[in-house]
Amino acid sequence: MMNAQSEKNSISNCLHVSSAPHIQSEVTISKIMWTVVVSLLPPLIISIFIFGFQTLIITLVSVVSCVVTEAVSQKMLNRPVTIKDGSAVITGLLLAYIIPPGVPWWLPIPGAFMAIYVTKILMGGLGYNIFNPALIGRAFLMATYPVALTSAWLAPIRNGSIFTYMNANVDAISSATPLYVLKHYGMAALIEKFGSMSVIYTDFFFGFRPGCIGETSAFLILLGGLVLLYKKYISWHIPVSVMGSTALLTWIFGGESFFTGNPLVAILSGGVMLGAFFMATDYVTSPNQKIAQLIFGIGIGALTVLIRLKGGYPEGICYAILLMNPVVPALDQWFKAKRFSEGATQ
Amino acid sequence: MAIQQKTNKEIFLNGIFNENPIFRLALSMCPAVAITTNLLNGILMGVSVIFVQICANSTIALLKDYIHPRVRLPIYSLTLATYVTVIDLILSAYFPVAYGALGLFIKLIVVFTFITMRLDVFARKNTVFPTFLDAMGMGLGFLWGMMVIGGVRELLGSGTLLGYDILGFKPMLFFVLPASGFFIIGFMMAIFNYTERIYKEKQSKRRIPA
Repeated sequence: MMNAQSEKNSISNCLHVSSAPHIQSEVTISKIMWTVVVSLLPPLIISIFIFGFQTLIITLVSVVSCVVTEAVSQKMLNRPVTIKDGSAVITGLLLAYIIPPGVPWWLPIPGAFMAIYVTKILMGGLGYNIFNPALIGRAFLMATYPVALTSAWLAPIRNGSIFTYMNANVDAISSATPLYVLKHYGMAALIEKFGSMSVIYTDFFFGFRPGCIGETSAFLILLGGLVLLYKKYISWHIPVSVMGSTALLTWIFGGESFFTGNPLVAILSGGVMLGAFFMATDYVTSPNQKIAQLIFGIGIGALTVLIRLKGGYPEGICYAILLMNPVVPALDQWFKAKRFSEGATQ
Repeated sequence: MAIQQKTNKEIFLNGIFNENPIFRLALSMCPAVAITTNLLNGILMGVSVIFVQICANSTIALLKDYIHPRVRLPIYSLTLATYVTVIDLILSAYFPVAYGALGLFIKLIVVFTFITMRLDVFARKNTVFPTFLDAMGMGLGFLWGMMVIGGVRELLGSGTLLGYDILGFKPMLFFVLPASGFFIIGFMMAIFNYTERIYKEKQSKRRIPA
């Protein structure tokens, strides 16, 4: 029985018929996915030291519930169980990274159900989802538990006692995020609350600011993103266009008058970094061609700035990516790959 | 004749399961999503629709020989508008609070597609009794659809049923929002399709040995 099975496998591997090109590559989906998982881990480790030990618990709950949801739903639908390819782990990590650190530990579970089952499995599985699963999970949590998702921010721990927030009452310790301060009280209040400009830049760059679990440390996200760029798993087009358009538009429209906004604070103080490197670049929900990727990224940046400056929420990257996701099929249609044989017709 | 003659029972059950207006035909989604935030709204809406559907269907079935086919749609609208006015005034007199939430949608019953569709498809071609059964089935199908959506949304959204506190807390605010209406309708459609598949598989299994 075992022999027959392995023989069948080896034959199907040998006699694989496909069209050109026949160049073989070691890169597989699961290898890419596990590399992304590894490059996502540093922000988690630093978040334990910034926001306390409960961030690890929230992240673990999120990852486990995502993997379990995927396994159970694929079993129930009689599909092959694909938890080993790591995509559910990425969704779980990203879902935990974009919720505040002070939420109750069970909060990611309904989000994981929404992200994996409704957004991915019901659409047909990996490769068929229109929207980024983790972001849909967050949008669902935002609609379902708005109080927890908008108020459970924690001030960073600086003395290394990582169990400070374990059993604390969140309402008593919650702290406003930089973008909230900036939106409602302006630049002067931001400097008053977080220190002088240079302190703000260094603190925000290394992650010591209130914010979502995995979004604060720009340095480590940049590191993970550069690993993916170096491995050529993502191209520079989407991250650069997202961050560039956010910075440019914030510089133009973000200040009291034109051309006085602070572009660096805009990039460092929200989820733009994480979104640009790890969410907008998701293979399934981003366009294939370079020009289309640039347009996609600029759209995300413009919508982010629009929501931040004129919308009801302080941060808009989540909804900006979700709004640009359904445009991807159109972008793929408009910007097609050039054929090698120009004369060939359909 | 190509079309098989249906028994009275089949005509009655048709609207409840096989051609359920919300879950199978996907008609009248607007009220099904907009007002089903609680169970009472769903029930009142469903009952009003049953009343309008039965009265209008019976009226058209009685008058069908006197309606010229070219003017049948205005006649349907007038008939529906008459009965909708009746139920509108009754509700505003006896359920003023619920009427505040339902008001606009009660008036909109005039243009509910599945009611007009039943008049044209069924009442115009049948006698009064089967038409009455058909209207009853369709109305009940709509009523139980509204009750399911409204019940789930009220229970999960505000933790109550018919205003009585059941759970004691509010589990998920999402289910108060309109998007959850589509969500529940989608899942109910999936359940309907699944049961249909199981039912057909059973039937084909039964047929093969015979």
